[in-house]
Amino acid sequence: MDLDKLLSFQWGMMTPEFLILGTATILAVLDLFMPKKMNRNILGFFGLAGIVAAIVSLTLLLGQDTASILHDTFRLDSFAKAFKLLLLGGAALVMLLAIDYKPKEGMEEYRGEFFYLFMTALLGAMMMSSSGDLITLFVGLELLSISSYILAGIRKKNTRSNESAMKYVINGGISTAITLFGMSYVYGITGTTNLREMAGLLSQIDNPQHVYILGLAFLMIFVGLSFKLASAPFHMWAPDVYEGAPTPVTAFLSVVSKTAGFVIMMRVILSVFAAVPSNDSDLPLLFSMQDYIGFLAGATMIIGNVIALRQRSIKRLFAYSSIAHAGYILVAFSAMSVVMFDSIWFYLLAYLFMNLGAFAIIQLMTMKEGTEDISHFAGLYRRSPLLAGAMAIFILSLAGIPGTAGFIGKLDIFLGALMVDPAHYVLVSIMIATTVVSYFYYFGILTQMFFRPAAHHEKIALQPGTVITVIICAAATVVFGIMPQLAFDFFNSNFNQFIDFLQ
Amino acid sequence: MNESYYLSLLVFSPLLGIILLAFMSKDSEKSIKLLGFMATLPPAILALMAYVSRLMGKDLADFSERVRWIQFGNLPQMGEDFFTVYYELGIDGFSLLMIVLTAILSTLAAIASFHIKKEWKGYYMLFLLLEIGMLGVFTAQNLILFFVFFELTLIPMFFLIGKWGFFEKEKAAYSFLIYNGLGSAILLIVIMVLFARTGTTNIEALKILVNTANSDLITPLSDSVKYGLLIALLVAFGIKLPIFPLHSWMLRVHVEAPPSIVMLHSGILLKIGAYGLIRFGMGIFPEQFKELAVVLAVLGVINLLYGAFLAFIQKDFKMVLAYSSISHMGIVLIGLGALNQAGIQGAIFQVVSHGLISALLFFLVGVFYERTHTTDISKLGGMAKGMPIASGFLLAGAMASLGLPGMSGFVSEFMAFLGLFEEMPWLAAVGTLGIIMTAVYLLRAVLAITYGRADREFAGITDLRSYEWAPVLVLVGLIVLIGVYPAVLSEPLKSVLLGLGG
Repeated sequence: MDLDKLLSFQWGMMTPEFLILGTATILAVLDLFMPKKMNRNILGFFGLAGIVAAIVSLTLLLGQDTASILHDTFRLDSFAKAFKLLLLGGAALVMLLAIDYKPKEGMEEYRGEFFYLFMTALLGAMMMSSSGDLITLFVGLELLSISSYILAGIRKKNTRSNESAMKYVINGGISTAITLFGMSYVYGITGTTNLREMAGLLSQIDNPQHVYILGLAFLMIFVGLSFKLASAPFHMWAPDVYEGAPTPVTAFLSVVSKTAGFVIMMRVILSVFAAVPSNDSDLPLLFSMQDYIGFLAGATMIIGNVIALRQRSIKRLFAYSSIAHAGYILVAFSAMSVVMFDSIWFYLLAYLFMNLGAFAIIQLMTMKEGTEDISHFAGLYRRSPLLAGAMAIFILSLAGIPGTAGFIGKLDIFLGALMVDPAHYVLVSIMIATTVVSYFYYFGILTQMFFRPAAHHEKIALQPGTVITVIICAAATVVFGIMPQLAFDFFNSNFNQFIDFLQ
Repeated sequence: MNESYYLSLLVFSPLLGIILLAFMSKDSEKSIKLLGFMATLPPAILALMAYVSRLMGKDLADFSERVRWIQFGNLPQMGEDFFTVYYELGIDGFSLLMIVLTAILSTLAAIASFHIKKEWKGYYMLFLLLEIGMLGVFTAQNLILFFVFFELTLIPMFFLIGKWGFFEKEKAAYSFLIYNGLGSAILLIVIMVLFARTGTTNIEALKILVNTANSDLITPLSDSVKYGLLIALLVAFGIKLPIFPLHSWMLRVHVEAPPSIVMLHSGILLKIGAYGLIRFGMGIFPEQFKELAVVLAVLGVINLLYGAFLAFIQKDFKMVLAYSSISHMGIVLIGLGALNQAGIQGAIFQVVSHGLISALLFFLVGVFYERTHTTDISKLGGMAKGMPIASGFLLAGAMASLGLPGMSGFVSEFMAFLGLFEEMPWLAAVGTLGIIMTAVYLLRAVLAITYGRADREFAGITDLRSYEWAPVLVLVGLIVLIGVYPAVLSEPLKSVLLGLGG
């Protein structure tokens, strides 16, 4: 390939990725050559600047038409743009938290690593949302996963951090293997890894045996990917990993990594399996799989919300809560209505702000303490009314109380699940009932903050990055709760219902 | 003043108080209490002005306002309004009455809240938030907005009970939260099914869409779905009202919440259940409602008798009043079950009248508790010696509650039973037992408090203080006014009753 050929590609559409990659590389090199004594926090700010630059370049790309380069392995369609915005926004806020993260035993020489691994993980997630080929998709997935494994264990002298990394690697390995196994069937039948070609070939399939195998492949891919979502049946890692990992990593896993999971799930499943005809009806295979997705969604919601009731550790509690939220989003996915994309995108947007905001406060409250027991929150209202108020906003939003973004997100999911025929009454009922169950533990935190007396009245040392995160998240949670039309209008005018998703 | 913002101004005017309170030092007790009270005046004045202008013959439809709010999905091919939720407020005669009731009781409860002993700032901020929620519930013109305001009452109530309540406050707060959470969850399912099927949640539009055969729906609503939805509504509002056997949370709230909050809880919040049943149950599903009317009437009689019998054996005066609330809500159900003009009018009258009476009684409970630190009937004995005026008003409240002619309780009970005797005489005959029981349990409790054996010294116990006069006088005045001249209520209701086909 000569240089002219190389230059003829529209590399411009990969600007955000290049920016992240460049930042990550520079950070790694800087970290290597910087004097040992020098404060590594500057690297964090550099990384943040890289992410912000990527967001800016992505917004400049919003108007660009759908295009793909490198033989369709990289696509810039509205789906990719919409979800990359979420990933980048989430990562920027996580970076702010990471800069402020100062564990008791210190990070020593791993501090630089800590920052650029976030960048590489983010790069993986962005590649996933833009890829049109199983290979790049899988490489993106692995880049995200491997960076996250290291991040989870970055507190190398802390046994729980190590335990968390170990469990994460093993569970991740198993689930990736299952996904890959599922993908291999699809590849075996079609002989291509390009998603669009696959869809074309699969739509002409007429051998019922092949359809049967594809059904199996679907289930394997779905189950394997449920690891990234932290949904049933691959949710068991979440509590242990969330608890042991440093708080910014936990926040990253629960927001950015989860969003990436939904991205890859929609990419693979909707583009490949929506084309397969099914054996016993006129609808595509995907629709006959709705019941299985629905079942797993229901199980996820029940498991997440019910087990969360018994948790004393705030991070474990949020792990189960994040499992439950994955279940809610799966409801939207399994309904496959016309508002599926809006509702998933909006819910992830709302979830990003409410969950990151909550984690910012959790980090502030637990970083210096040895444990993460809920009772640390006792009397927060007395110690710092504003922090308590902000936390109350996040928790009410997670619980889906009107006036917050979480409520609108849930409303959108209900709407999608009920507008299809036959309506998913059971799934919606489970979702609403488990939401009421979640009141118990969410309001348990509020009870601690507002009703219980504080053990000590020591002032909480506020840190600038955390405070900025809390302010942004609280404002966004309330604004999108009261004026959700802002987000919907942005979505509709820029992404046009993702009609270019399959083109 | 631009009229199209009138209702928004009315509903959100307490917000001004919240904002001002946020800037006050949390230790300046006097000014916080004063500001908290003042902040309830604008909605009260605006509500009364709306009421007066209605009496002057103004059309209530002029108050309506409507702004585009949220559009779910982007389906231009389905039409502009499809899956669009408007921010729309409006009032009819019934909601006007409820708003006036809410605004007045809130002001009076703000006075009663002077008894609160700690953290006044947080208390009044939540109190005003609760008022916004309550006012919004009665003005919302679509189901989603209704739900938003409905839930908005839930959160402040949780904190108000859990933080400022009596001994078992947290348990009461939780049981309030979970029961009402379940209720609103069921309500939300109904709302979303209607929304997803019809593409709108506007109440007037739904009345037409649901009841016209072959109307243009996304997926048709079968009769069984309609029944299901109505029964779900009945359960959802039945928890709020409460209907036996869904009442246990409400007893705890009555006993554990601070009396000033119970004034609002029993005066307004329980009535949202009745309001919802009339507005949505009867309004959107009239056909199905007719067939369930017998069930409602039977449930009403059960409520009436169950509440009355259990009220008879209670030792705690707050429990007597709690069971009395259940019993009186039975009368609302009886009126609705009758489903004729007299019955429905009786039910609505009962809603308003019981709101006033229970607010009066709970205000007095607060007054007594403030001085004696007990609500136990036997320990309160002989209060007529120490607090003759308060005891006199207590007796007046009890008389109103048991339906003494000339007071509001009589008018509403009379009409509700008149309605039911017309439709189901046997059931009504059984129900009248409840009326007798009401007299028995109220007189037992109140006479024991006022004239019972006193085993305490009354030194240092003062009678009504200056600021305590206002609520009792206003409430007794209104109770008597309605009792003597019921047209103050029936006038605005005329058009509503016609609309309901009563």
